Amino acid sequence: MDCYTANWNPLGDSAFYRKYELYSMDWDLKEELRDCLVAAAPYGGPIALLRNPWRKEKAASVRPVLDIYSASGMPLASLLWKSGPVVSLGWSAEEELLCVQEDGAVLVYGLHGDFRRHFSMGNEVLQNRVLDARIFHTEFGSGVAILTGAHRFTLSANVGDLKLRRMPEVPGLQSAPSCWTALCQDRVAHILLAVGPDLYLLDHAACSTVTPPGLAPGVSSFLQMAVSFTYRHLALFTDTGYIWMGTASLKEKLCEFNCNIRAAPKQMVWCSRPRSKERAVVVAWERRLMVVGDAPESIQFVLDEDSYLVPELDGVRIFSRSTHEFLHEVPAASEEIFKIASMAPGALLLEAQKEYEKESQKADEYLREIQELGQLTQAVQQCIEAAGHEHQPDMQKSLLRAASFGKCFLDRFPPDSFVRMCQDLRVLNAVRDYHIGIPLTYRKYRYKQLTIQVLLDRLVLRRLYPLAIQICEYLRLPEVQGVSRILAHWACYKVQQKDVSDEDVARAINQKLGDTPGVSYSDIAARAYGCGRTELAIKVWVCWSMSHAQGSRPLRAGTLTWVRARLGVFTVLLHLKNELNRGDFFMTLRNQPMALSLYRQFCKHQELETLKDLYNQDDNHQELGSFHIRASYAAEERIEGRVAALQTAADAFYKAKNEFAAKATEDQMRLLRLQRRLEDELGGQFLDLSLHDTVTTLILGGHNKRAEQLARDFRIPDKRLWWLKLTALADLEDWEELEKFSKSKKSPIGYLPFVEICIKQHNKYEAKKYASRVGPEQKVKALLLVGDVAQAADVAIEHRNEAELSLVLSHCTGATDGATADKIQRARAQAQKK
Amino acid sequence: MAFPHRPDAPELPDFSMLKRLARDQLIYLLEQVTSWKKDLFIEADLMSPLDRIANVSILKRNQHEVDKLYKVENKPALSSSEQLCFLVRPRIKNMRYIASLVNADKVAGRTRKYKVIFSPQKFYACEMVLEEEGIYGDVSCDEWAFSLLPLDVDLLSMELPEFFRDYFLEGDQRWINTVAQALHLLSTLYGPFPNCYGIGRCAKMAYELWRKLEEEEDGETKGRRPEIGHIFLLDRDVDFVTALCSQVVYEGLVDDTFRIKCGSVDFGPEVTSSDKSLKVLLNAEDKVFHEIRNEHFSNVFGFLSQKARNLQAQYDRRRGMDIKQMKNFVSQELKGLKQEHRLLSLHIGACESIMKKKTKQDFQELIKTEHALLEGFNIRESTSYIEEHIDRQVSPIESLRLMCLLSITENGLIPKDYRSLKTQYLQSYGPEHLLTFSNLRRAGLLTEQGPGDTLTAVESKVSKLVTDKAAGKITDAFSSLAKRSNFRAISKKLNLVCGTGMVRGVGGFIPLWSTFLGGNVLERRSWQGLDEVVRLLNCGDFAFTDMTKEDKASSESLRLILVVFLGGCTFSEISALRFLGREKGKREFIFLTTAVTNSARLMEAMSEVKA
Repeated sequence: MDCYTANWNPLGDSAFYRKYELYSMDWDLKEELRDCLVAAAPYGGPIALLRNPWRKEKAASVRPVLDIYSASGMPLASLLWKSGPVVSLGWSAEEELLCVQEDGAVLVYGLHGDFRRHFSMGNEVLQNRVLDARIFHTEFGSGVAILTGAHRFTLSANVGDLKLRRMPEVPGLQSAPSCWTALCQDRVAHILLAVGPDLYLLDHAACSTVTPPGLAPGVSSFLQMAVSFTYRHLALFTDTGYIWMGTASLKEKLCEFNCNIRAAPKQMVWCSRPRSKERAVVVAWERRLMVVGDAPESIQFVLDEDSYLVPELDGVRIFSRSTHEFLHEVPAASEEIFKIASMAPGALLLEAQKEYEKESQKADEYLREIQELGQLTQAVQQCIEAAGHEHQPDMQKSLLRAASFGKCFLDRFPPDSFVRMCQDLRVLNAVRDYHIGIPLTYRKYRYKQLTIQVLLDRLVLRRLYPLAIQICEYLRLPEVQGVSRILAHWACYKVQQKDVSDEDVARAINQKLGDTPGVSYSDIAARAYGCGRTELAIKVWVCWSMSHAQGSRPLRAGTLTWVRARLGVFTVLLHLKNELNRGDFFMTLRNQPMALSLYRQFCKHQELETLKDLYNQDDNHQELGSFHIRASYAAEERIEGRVAALQTAADAFYKAKNEFAAKATEDQMRLLRLQRRLEDELGGQFLDLSLHDTVTTLILGGHNKRAEQLARDFRIPDKRLWWLKLTALADLEDWEELEKFSKSKKSPIGYLPFVEICIKQHNKYEAKKYASRVGPEQKVKALLLVGDVAQAADVAIEHRNEAELSLVLSHCTGATDGATADKIQRARAQAQKK
Repeated sequence: MAFPHRPDAPELPDFSMLKRLARDQLIYLLEQVTSWKKDLFIEADLMSPLDRIANVSILKRNQHEVDKLYKVENKPALSSSEQLCFLVRPRIKNMRYIASLVNADKVAGRTRKYKVIFSPQKFYACEMVLEEEGIYGDVSCDEWAFSLLPLDVDLLSMELPEFFRDYFLEGDQRWINTVAQALHLLSTLYGPFPNCYGIGRCAKMAYELWRKLEEEEDGETKGRRPEIGHIFLLDRDVDFVTALCSQVVYEGLVDDTFRIKCGSVDFGPEVTSSDKSLKVLLNAEDKVFHEIRNEHFSNVFGFLSQKARNLQAQYDRRRGMDIKQMKNFVSQELKGLKQEHRLLSLHIGACESIMKKKTKQDFQELIKTEHALLEGFNIRESTSYIEEHIDRQVSPIESLRLMCLLSITENGLIPKDYRSLKTQYLQSYGPEHLLTFSNLRRAGLLTEQGPGDTLTAVESKVSKLVTDKAAGKITDAFSSLAKRSNFRAISKKLNLVCGTGMVRGVGGFIPLWSTFLGGNVLERRSWQGLDEVVRLLNCGDFAFTDMTKEDKASSESLRLILVVFLGGCTFSEISALRFLGREKGKREFIFLTTAVTNSARLMEAMSEVKA
């Protein structure tokens, strides 16, 4: 602890700044940094170097090299630059490298040097060339601003959604401004530029002159300007060695400083953290680094090497050939604890814990002291917070140990903050590792600037899938957000590996992904398809359907081909459905009868319209007709709609040469209309009844005329009509009408049904009337039905029919029919004698 | 009467293992869902099978933490659990239901966990729907490979009634995989099957797929001794006739009348002669039922009354017993007698009920017509009987069944009848059946005779085709060309229709299977000698046999024959084969069917009804 504050430098009365090493860089740079175009992404992002830029114009034959390194100097990509001269490099918020070329074209590369896309900053640039360019970050994304040879500015606030905005002309601008920057205020991007002693602010509409309040007199030109990370503050460096610091709106001055160095600084950036009272600017010259703030003295560092500053949310990263350092204001909690002779509760607690480990009774004294002041809770909180700001795991551990020690003496201390901090630190330490090289600070990680989701995305971008998965598992993220997503990314990356055989890729994917929920195989297959690996796309599908069909089993070559023939086709086709246009898709289907039938079924439930198109394409009029028939009662509510659907169906049936179906459909249309009319005129429920039921309902309702009319219109056969009327009238028990009906003409169904139905309605009296009219063949039956056994016996004997005789005999019961039974027996005996 | 346990019959494999297996798997799946409380939604169709293997108390037991059980139906669920678990068949309809639930939760800003357990397997289309509905990421999917439910000691059912429609009408081959998996499971549990036979396109595909599965699992079943010596795979569409006939054995009649569902039947008040209906499990454990299930209905009454008398005699024994004997009687026999008594009265009630229904609907007439159709005489009379049947609106399903029977036996209806019957049918039962007819036509159940398709012409033509390669061509089940049934020719060849003597199986008609399994194939171990029949069945390309050369199978196992019905089988067919097993002696048939079916179920599967 004695020398722990050795690297702390006071600035003014209240703030300390410290600089510590993040990594020692082992990139073997051949050139000096100053000879390169440099771009480093914020949030511990990667560094891009474009060596051998054109400004030196040494040897045109040598192609420049674009190198991308992680923050720890691990090479990520290296490629020969084959396009035109580059003016400026910069990273977008999605960690894509934007290279602004002299001709206004902006090439976009991925983290691994893979070319993504390009866009142009306008035609005007073609003649005028780009003089300078800046890449800046807004809440919408990343923007690009360029200064053309005609001294005009063009900017786009979001490269993802490119909208070029040509800024108005600056009056009387003859030469390039001495310095300029892009400013973002109220969600609008501006340009601030300095020409001689004047400052201009450009927005969409106008160019206005601005003067910073309280600017020292005697300024003849501004050499450098810097905007803070959050666009809230602005610093100006003048040719008199004077630094003005104020708000970016230029309404308020914060402080000023005179460093008496007149040389233009190489870089000037803000170094502050959110919610800090102190704000400081870091100014770098060739060999000197100065931190200035609201204090009469500045902090000075000597730079041994060429260095480059990267502004961060809570400090400044400084990297050179050999080291990568972080300079920041010491956070409040750390300051409280580690300040020399601090009596803050956290400091005491840390001390107490150390004594406790030494088994010294002083531990108790310190603890008592805190407890007497009632500050133990605060002490624990301080230790926890301070641990977060430490970079060295050892120090983190001892602070956390102290916190945990203090927690023991508290009754009710919510454990979340402690647990969360432990988790966060583990994650942070993991990604800070030299091999990973994402030097995130706790503040950046926690304060919503960079959520765990974004961090995972970054890891995925760096293809660090195992680590990402470990983090997900460690933090117990829901599979869908965590592991599955990463696996899906991994699979998408995997299918792009052209040197691995389809078989291997598919197997690897299947093994890893298995049944993980939330992985969309269609995305993976689509990616493979997009790379022109159709075979692989199919294999991915097949593997998947295999694992689904038969549990996760390793594949065999034979099975694969087999499954492809059987199962795969359908899945692939369903996928192709989204890829191909409909016509092609249907044509493909046509050659796959099995897939086709599956697809039809699928459509029946899910996409009715598609089904129709499918039938149309095939000229399958029969099915098309059926489709419309189904629609007529399933989908349509209104009667007009139903009739229309039926009409379409009938047309289709005619085309299919199915005249029967067409006629039946037309009949149904007629019937529907008629039923509608009946409902209107007579009330009651007629719609959706069959023809038979409609007529029955009419008779039951006493509308005999209409019923007969209907029967005639629809050519109901006599037999049916008789059955129908018979049943209906019997149901009504309208015996009079029934009798009239029976006499209207000779019954086409005979008279036995009359007898039967009367008996069914328990009207023996009526039944007897008809029994006499029953034809001879069924006479016995009819007589038996009405219970006239004796007469039945007579008839049977007369017929000399053995079957009838036994039938009658079986109906003879007990004593009453004894005589009849004897009679039959006698007749039988006689017949046998003969 | 019937066959109580025959001493000479080989021992049946123990199928209760399948139940335990399925139950354990389900419990394992449910335990995977980690949460305090979860609600389980079960599809209606899965309720009964589930009931047979696990009761609610098992699911609700603490460890599995199922809080409430719901039925999957189309209305919003009022569940308060943090986790919802769905146990469903892989149907798109269900997926839509789940999607609507999840999306409703999303709108309400509720986050829950969802798990879908597909039984017996998941289909890609289902996941596709989940993905399209935008909830694929929210649900996790699992499979419960519960595909074999032992309904009885010799009967396994896959409980997949949709197999019939999906495969034979829609041409959907996805279920074949399920069948193959089920066969694979059987062979891992009960040893490999040394002899395999099959007939029909679906049978062939299922067989091939099954073989593939076995190959992949190389060696696992190799060492085992086979328990079941033969396996037959049979396609439903090879023989529609048997399935379309009225059933006359008791079990079949109970099914036709009351509908046996998953091995149990609901006897209504008219049977139980009380005011409640009663659910009765029908299997070999029901002693009374076991004795009469395979009997022709006309014998059943006699048997039951005999039984009643025996029972009474046993009761009567207690007179004249001394105290000690009485004590013995009460403690040991009385309970059994009471039970038997209860069952007896139930079955008598059922018989009465069946009788009532059958006489009302002119059952005799119906049987007579069916018989006439099978034997091929009085076709005109039968046709007008069917017409009258339709005109009187007796029953849409029955009418349809008779029409199909007429079509199959007559090799298609003559155009005039085809039109007029259809017209009559539409007038009687509603125009939507236009679609039903189109389905039946596609499945080859109800077709129109083309010119030159009259019976004699076909018979002579077929014999020519035998040598002709073209025979295979007309068999393509997926062409819209209706298949020709050639029923009459086959019937003549095999002597299927017999007079009054042999009344086994379906009223005077021997199921086709019985003749296949009745020895020829088993003895010769090939379809040899049946070549012509197989060709007439349009199955020339799809009849296969597969014998393992080394004969490890014990003679005991060779007496066990597993018959697999793809597309369902009827109780009559089962009875006929049980009878055959007894008659041929020392053989026992075991049945595996995609579902137990009957004529009404077949017709309903083909019908289009208004939703």
